Amino acid sequence: MIENRPFITFLSHAVLILGIAIIAFPIWITFVAATHDAVRMVQVPLPLLPGDQFFANLDQALNKGISGGSNSGVGMMIFNSLVMALMIAIGKIAISLLSAFAIVYFRFPFRMGFFWMIFITLMLPVEVRIIPTFEVVANLNMLNSYWGLSIPLIASATATFMFRQTFLTIPDELLEAARIDGAGAMRFFFDILLPMSRTNIAALFVILFIYGWNQYLWPLLITTDQSMFTVVMSIKQMLETAEQAPEWNIIMMTTLLAMLPPVVVVVFMQKLFVKGLTETEK
Amino acid sequence: MLKQVHFGPSYIPYLLVTPQILITLVFFIWPAGHALYQSLLIEDAFGLSSEFVWFENFEVLFADEHYLGTFKRTIFFSVLVASISMGFSLILAAMADRVIKAAMVYRTLLIWPYAVAPVVAGALWVFMFDPTLGILTYGLSMFGYDWNHKLNGNEAMALVIIAAAWKQVAYNFLFFLAAMQSIPKSLIEAAAIDGAGPVRRFATIVFPLISPTTFFLLVVNIVYAFFDTFGIVHTITQGGPAKATEILVYKVYNDGFVGLDLGGSAAQSVVLMAIVIALTVIQFRYIEKTVEYS
Repeated sequence: MIENRPFITFLSHAVLILGIAIIAFPIWITFVAATHDAVRMVQVPLPLLPGDQFFANLDQALNKGISGGSNSGVGMMIFNSLVMALMIAIGKIAISLLSAFAIVYFRFPFRMGFFWMIFITLMLPVEVRIIPTFEVVANLNMLNSYWGLSIPLIASATATFMFRQTFLTIPDELLEAARIDGAGAMRFFFDILLPMSRTNIAALFVILFIYGWNQYLWPLLITTDQSMFTVVMSIKQMLETAEQAPEWNIIMMTTLLAMLPPVVVVVFMQKLFVKGLTETEK
Repeated sequence: MLKQVHFGPSYIPYLLVTPQILITLVFFIWPAGHALYQSLLIEDAFGLSSEFVWFENFEVLFADEHYLGTFKRTIFFSVLVASISMGFSLILAAMADRVIKAAMVYRTLLIWPYAVAPVVAGALWVFMFDPTLGILTYGLSMFGYDWNHKLNGNEAMALVIIAAAWKQVAYNFLFFLAAMQSIPKSLIEAAAIDGAGPVRRFATIVFPLISPTTFFLLVVNIVYAFFDTFGIVHTITQGGPAKATEILVYKVYNDGFVGLDLGGSAAQSVVLMAIVIALTVIQFRYIEKTVEYS
């Protein structure tokens, strides 16, 4: 503290608390909506305080879904989301580790060519190349499968850059020592590089898990089979049904379920999350 | 770039880069090339034959006032999302930087919207502003204001902007706070000794020193508003009413998947790619001279 100005300190706290209230208000309303029954949710004004239907709504959202919709609860969709997020996160980390290792520790023809080819992926988000990518996936018979959901999103320039950065800070003496002891390339990779990049891998995992879980446009395009839907995309479909029969309590419960896993990851792994965010953007 | 000490020539590096390169080729380079090629073709309505027309799709695109309108709308949308979200988080970060002991508690309470998917953010806001039931619609009606974003294009745009800005506050706050905390305390103390009050210190020392972060965030926010807001628009308005909230990414999807105008949609994809490439180049030129964050 540079100077003691109680009023300004008080003002700072007040502004921050107000800011948090504004940011958190939508979540509070969502939570409240998820604790009332359907009858209460069509009476204006809507409640501001929670009711007692939380578990009944939870059960209906997980197992039955909304009555107007044809789907059967979001339990399966949460599982699909989880599989997709994990496949994307682990896949990205694995292939980025390998290619960063090749680019930093080997001299081989076309090294820079490969590097630039990976770099280009940074410039082509799925939103700008949806139709041709969709055609490729359709031709490979990967529609409605976990592979189709995850593999096309797995190439990652940012993760490769981050691991390249990490590997460049690892002292050369370690490689010399390993070679004197007779370790080959892959032995060095598994026994020295991997353990030394542990924190970076964990930080990146947090970011990529959130990225994977929150995918929307891609799953929307390539899944037509109910059993492959993800929970994030199911919300949009519920909102469409809601035009005729609004069951906001169930929709809002599903919304809570869809945001819970990534939010929990951010809050409880905050250190890793902040590290991951600042390092991948560098 | 390459280690001073490295492994000798062998087949291993090729095996190591194979998965990444294969995925890049199949799912990035090939589709992007295909979009480029397709943007030069006009297909007939049944997709049976196509004609090579050079840049006619682009000429049609840039002569189309709907497209130009969408372009302007997207810029308007992005500038507002970036400035609202950055302004809000700059104020909060400046406050959190003053109360250093509690800053981490506030940070925890402010960063989680980052984890909320754009579609989910859209669902939250569309629920609160539902024309018949929404709690905020009810609040506004008490002031005599009749909110209906399903009919009023300006209200629809406002709602999409609010939802998009809300989601991005967490990210901006995190980076602003980190940048402010990395400013040497001695600078601030010296200014305080010279008699500069908190506002003066912020305006003449803190704000200029965090300007690299501000510029970086500006680029990131614009990229976010251009490309990551598809889910928000899709849940809240579907581009309506009367295309009032149709932004570029939404139009690519809508013309390609709903309208089935493949050539036109591909030409739009190519324009978007050019924008991403330009923004990425700006970002990387800046990043070469970056500041330290953590």
